[in-house]
Amino acid sequence: MIILENVSKVFTVKSKEVKAVNDANIHVKKGEIHGVIGYSGAGKSTLIRCVNLLERPTSGKIVINGEEITALSPNKLGATRQKIGMIFQGFNLLKTATVYDNIAIPLKLLGVNKEEVKVRTNKYLAIVGLQDKHHHYPSQLSVGQKQRVAIARALAQEPEILLSDEATSALDPETTDSILDLLLKINEEFGITILLITHEMNVIQKICDYVYVLEGGSIVEQGTTIGLFTNPSHQTTKKFLNTISQRNLSATLISQLNLSGSVIRLTFTGLVTGKPLLAEVSQKFNVKPNILAANIIELKNGVIGNLVVHIIGEKSDVESTLCFLQEQGVGTEELRDEN
Amino acid sequence: MSEFIEKWLPQFQQATVETFQMVGISLLFSIIIGIPLGILLVLSRPGQALDNKWLNHLLNLVVNIVRSVPFIILLFFILPFTKLIVGTTIGVQGVIVPLVIYTSPYIARLMETALLEVENGVVEAYTAMGIKTRHIIWNVMLREARPSIILGLTIATVSLVGATAMAGLVGAGGLGDLAYRYGHLRYEVDVMYVTIFILIILVQSIQSLGNRLATRLKKD
Repeated sequence: MIILENVSKVFTVKSKEVKAVNDANIHVKKGEIHGVIGYSGAGKSTLIRCVNLLERPTSGKIVINGEEITALSPNKLGATRQKIGMIFQGFNLLKTATVYDNIAIPLKLLGVNKEEVKVRTNKYLAIVGLQDKHHHYPSQLSVGQKQRVAIARALAQEPEILLSDEATSALDPETTDSILDLLLKINEEFGITILLITHEMNVIQKICDYVYVLEGGSIVEQGTTIGLFTNPSHQTTKKFLNTISQRNLSATLISQLNLSGSVIRLTFTGLVTGKPLLAEVSQKFNVKPNILAANIIELKNGVIGNLVVHIIGEKSDVESTLCFLQEQGVGTEELRDEN
Repeated sequence: MSEFIEKWLPQFQQATVETFQMVGISLLFSIIIGIPLGILLVLSRPGQALDNKWLNHLLNLVVNIVRSVPFIILLFFILPFTKLIVGTTIGVQGVIVPLVIYTSPYIARLMETALLEVENGVVEAYTAMGIKTRHIIWNVMLREARPSIILGLTIATVSLVGATAMAGLVGAGGLGDLAYRYGHLRYEVDVMYVTIFILIILVQSIQSLGNRLATRLKKD
């Protein structure tokens, strides 16, 4: 559906070359939602703007629906772009046009006939829940409503792909949630493939099937959302995970606790166990587990439980405890004081 | 009082009509030249749809050169050109050409400023939808810039009214000419006062009209 092959983008700023995107490979299958997460300046915006050639990559190939758009003539590119909807952090609506016109004008310009323009505009405004705001101007709407208008505008082109450039970054948490729900609904009901960029881990958590972590223009880690949440390897990924659940304890606390045992993080995927594992452990081995922290993360495709436990006991006992837990399908990770 | 009115009314009427003619006709032509020129100034900028460094430099140079010449000098400097275009260098016809040449680059600059205020993001959103550049110019850039365009044209019109005062030098008449010839040269102070009063009313009305129109178009 969307394939980026070795895409790089180099900007020349004051005769210095800056690599905004470095050899990125992305493959989004039809109907999936993929997310690119990274800090500001990581190159996410440049990356997503390369997908519809708002930014022309310096090298690499972009293939949309089997069509290599990096090789298209400007005329044909226009036709392909119509199949790619895009929403932005700043909404980018016409300030001087009503909500209705904001959706109808682009359709008219794309040559959709009058009747169809009416039908589609009404339909998609109803889908985003703004059927009673036809005659309002953007300045009379809340930010969440503005983003809904922008989404309706994108949907009205009836695209197969939706690109989201930090669409929720200007919204408060509650509005963010409602917009994410809307994106999920669009994805499920219309089968629209979504590629989004964000700096918010909760966006990934809530709607993404697959994640790319971008740093300094390069994809440093990627994987299914569940995979990445249960078993992150790159430092940046871990930092992002910390933003939604406290994963790290301070070094002083850990070194203190290590005197009498080990600090272990246990990860349960998909609520695997109905068994009282910790109780079992304390009977089976000569250890006493003490729960320091616990949380549960609901992802789009599953649930992950995290438990940070201080296991008090001899090193050998702790080790056999960990072996036992791993056999039961629980992820274990020893927290050390160096991180 | 009634004597004054009787004596001067026809003159004032004629001068006012001449001023309206000069302002109206040259404004029309200046808009026809100035707006596309302003659009071109914006579109040829780096990163815009027609990104062209040389064209942009050239346009800026031309606009700046014309804008550097005071109207009174321009009026005489381009006499041969005026003759070539309209066949005469005097009367209302003779002054229209220099007025247009004087005002067009000014309008172009004002349009450039107005168009640059339009959020580039909106233009980008429309580009991303696969909409053609000419549609974007008309339906996004000009549409969104309308309030600023109106205000810009208001400024240009007022300055045009001022420039027409110099039209007397080529015998085009108008209110400024009336005030100068009778009020200044012949010490008919009353005539000068009345002319100034009419000009104040005129400029006030133009500005109020412009402001009201701009406010009505502005939706934020």
